[in-house]
Amino acid sequence: MYKKAIQQYAWLLGMMVCTLASVALGATDSVERWGLNMTEGVTPLSKEIYGLHMQIFWWCVAIGVVVFGVMFYTMIVHRKENGAKSSNFHESTSLEVAWTVIPFVILIIMAFPATSSLIKIYDTSESELDIVITGYQWKWKYEYLNQGVTFFSNLATPKDEIYNRVAKNPNYLLEVDEPLIIPIHKKVRFLITANDVIHAWWVPDLAVKKDAIPGFINESWAYVEEPGVYRGQCAELCGKDHGFMPIVVKAVPENEYDLWLAEKREVAEKIRALTEKTFTFDELYERGKVVYEKNCVSCHQANGEGVPGVFPAIAGSAIATGVVNNHLEIVVNGSSKNVAMQAFRDQLPEPDIAAVITYQRNAFGNNMGDSLQPIDVLNYKNK
Amino acid sequence: MAHGPAKGITRWLFTTNHKDIGSMYLWFSFMMFFLGGIFALVIRAELFEPGLQIVEPEFFNQMTTLHGLIMVFGAVMPAFVGLANWMIPMMVGAPDMALPRMNNWSFWILPFAFAMLVSTLFMEGGAPNFGWTFYAPLSTTYAPPSVTFFIFAVHIMGASSIMGAINIIATILNMRAPGMTLMKMPLFVWTWLITAYLLIAVMPVLAGVVTMMLMDIHFGTSFFDAAGGGDPVLFQHVFWFFGHPEVYIMILPAFGIISAIIPTFARKPLFGYASMVYATASIAFLSFIVWAHHMFTVGIPLVGELFFMYATMLIAVPTGVKVFNWITTMFKGSMTFETPMLFSVAFVILFTIGGFSGLMLAIAPADFQYHDTYFVVAHFHYVLVPGAIFSITAAVYYWLPKWCGNMYNELMGKTHFWLAFIGLNLTFFPMHFVGLAGMPRRIPDYALQFADFNMISSCGAFLFGAAQVLFLFNVLRTITVGKKASDEVWENPEGLEWSVPSPAPYHTFSTPPEVR
Repeated sequence: MYKKAIQQYAWLLGMMVCTLASVALGATDSVERWGLNMTEGVTPLSKEIYGLHMQIFWWCVAIGVVVFGVMFYTMIVHRKENGAKSSNFHESTSLEVAWTVIPFVILIIMAFPATSSLIKIYDTSESELDIVITGYQWKWKYEYLNQGVTFFSNLATPKDEIYNRVAKNPNYLLEVDEPLIIPIHKKVRFLITANDVIHAWWVPDLAVKKDAIPGFINESWAYVEEPGVYRGQCAELCGKDHGFMPIVVKAVPENEYDLWLAEKREVAEKIRALTEKTFTFDELYERGKVVYEKNCVSCHQANGEGVPGVFPAIAGSAIATGVVNNHLEIVVNGSSKNVAMQAFRDQLPEPDIAAVITYQRNAFGNNMGDSLQPIDVLNYKNK
Repeated sequence: MAHGPAKGITRWLFTTNHKDIGSMYLWFSFMMFFLGGIFALVIRAELFEPGLQIVEPEFFNQMTTLHGLIMVFGAVMPAFVGLANWMIPMMVGAPDMALPRMNNWSFWILPFAFAMLVSTLFMEGGAPNFGWTFYAPLSTTYAPPSVTFFIFAVHIMGASSIMGAINIIATILNMRAPGMTLMKMPLFVWTWLITAYLLIAVMPVLAGVVTMMLMDIHFGTSFFDAAGGGDPVLFQHVFWFFGHPEVYIMILPAFGIISAIIPTFARKPLFGYASMVYATASIAFLSFIVWAHHMFTVGIPLVGELFFMYATMLIAVPTGVKVFNWITTMFKGSMTFETPMLFSVAFVILFTIGGFSGLMLAIAPADFQYHDTYFVVAHFHYVLVPGAIFSITAAVYYWLPKWCGNMYNELMGKTHFWLAFIGLNLTFFPMHFVGLAGMPRRIPDYALQFADFNMISSCGAFLFGAAQVLFLFNVLRTITVGKKASDEVWENPEGLEWSVPSPAPYHTFSTPPEVR
């Protein structure tokens, strides 16, 4: 009976080893697989945190070796089948004191470096650059404080990759349309908040994880030493697309950062100029399609049908096929009935709002035939 | 009908017998364990490989939420109450629970609570999708309409737990046989006494927090809405003031079970009985002052962060004492490894591993990297599955012969153990790695570098699930056609429950036994 059972276990074990080996051998693409440990990161603090992590880990290993060592010894030696006779001891105050005091001492040894690191992490003073990070369902807004630059950062992975219609690229789900750019060798302070629900801004290489809480501003900071692209994700469940709001930080030398900043300001200027322009219907429709796919599609879906009971449809909806001002109202100021419909007043420039409304009124079988100009949106906002 | 049970369905509906109610609690929890397990397998199936294959993110979030809620409130807690119902009166030499009618009620409201909770799956907008920790405002302003049913379900579960706890305290304090002093009580009784106090202390806090949610959702208050002068972080403080003692509620009775089983199979008395009692009480006390270690990243001030870090690290001391006592109990014993002992030994090893990762998580700066990743998922599954689930399984194998009078099949029991043991480690050990490598928890899809370990986890999960089907089969087979068990069942086990015949008669200790 037992022999057969043992044979079955051996077979099972063998199967598992084979599976593991085949998976390991199959992993040949450019993604670094089988990551086992925390990253050391690229800031002095991230390296310190890694050191703490390894220190406590080795303490655990050491304690484990002793405890499990004794345990396995006794399980092998003190068996009835080996003729072991049981003793009757069941109390020892000195032992109890020993195994209370020794762990306590180890904890005190650990508490010192942990405390000193924590004090450093909390010191957000004397920053050289301040960036306000706002979590939205399901994207991040970056505002360079007093620099006149603000933008949103959205997931860039195409739906086709997510739904397995095409092969996945190496940065699958960890890529955005516009990364956060920061200069290296500068103390960058992050002021973290949220617009709707709680999110958490986490970049492992910077060892920064801080909750983004609506109505509160949390602080954190990083001093990046090496240029590079560092990827992270939202770390607090924030609804449907919690898994689809990555963070990409690009750390660059200071001169490159300055160039980028100037370029960003120029682009913002251009968009402002577009507000004055009059678009043709086709221009609006095309632009609107792009805006829709970036900002609306995660709730209202690519076919405009929404998700029944959660996210209303646009196809054939009363708003998208009714008075244009009602449509403007819900896009600009959000919905009071369904908080998931955000106010896009500050999220999108006027040309994009005009375009996306035009698109929604004329796509998915909605044939309103009307269109909006950026200036209409501006006038509505200022009303 | 002087002494036997009533016939038919009314036996179960109207029963005030602690054994009947205990059985109902255990069967109910077994059903919930399978339901919660199916939800877990949906999660693991979706996470088998990157991309969205089986479910959509909305439904995935409903699965993680319901899996957590059902396992915590439906599987683990009722199972321990069921064991308490069966064993505490027999262990202290009492004829029944102190408050038998309330006992009936506290069980029978549970099926309604869970029927209501599970029915939310079929409502418009779907089931609760905000995680078992239901952080506001995701669970208030942004929640699906079914959240109201979730709130009422939690109210009912809380009422049931409070009644169960009152009953257990009343039984232990008033119904002990003459000579059964407090410091002679089996550890299972002690740990449950302390757990019951924890329940009475924190279940009202849970009821309070869900009531505040109800107010925010339907009555225009702003407890958790900053725009109205409230505070989303307040939710987390109140929730974890319940939530941290809650995790000890799910582990202290397990300590009691293991402290009963290891001495039996080591054929040696429990080492350090008194220190075990004091350690349990210390853990219970500490559990009230560590709640914010779940909130290291919400931005509490430095001094608060330090306080909660130190207090959390302290928990390692009494927990360590327990592990050392169990190992010293085994030391120089005369050990055999029947199924209950296998599960108990695995409990000690794997729970200790969960304790290690807990110690790592206590280090606040390192927690900034661990928090809300799969490292945390690995940690709490290592303390809950080998902790709560393995101890409950061990208890069932250990006391089942006493309950039904028949012996379970040992080979099948051992096979169950090894499949569960391998499945568990395959499922949860790789989660440490993906967590450290940067995979956040509660995501339906993940980056490619996490793919291989996730595939292993999913395979392990299905193996673990299959093992539990074998468990169910073994239990049913034991009850129906198992071989007759002796009154003592094991070799010279300690405790009053072994002094009654197998199966235990419908009424035991109508005249109190003599305790020396």
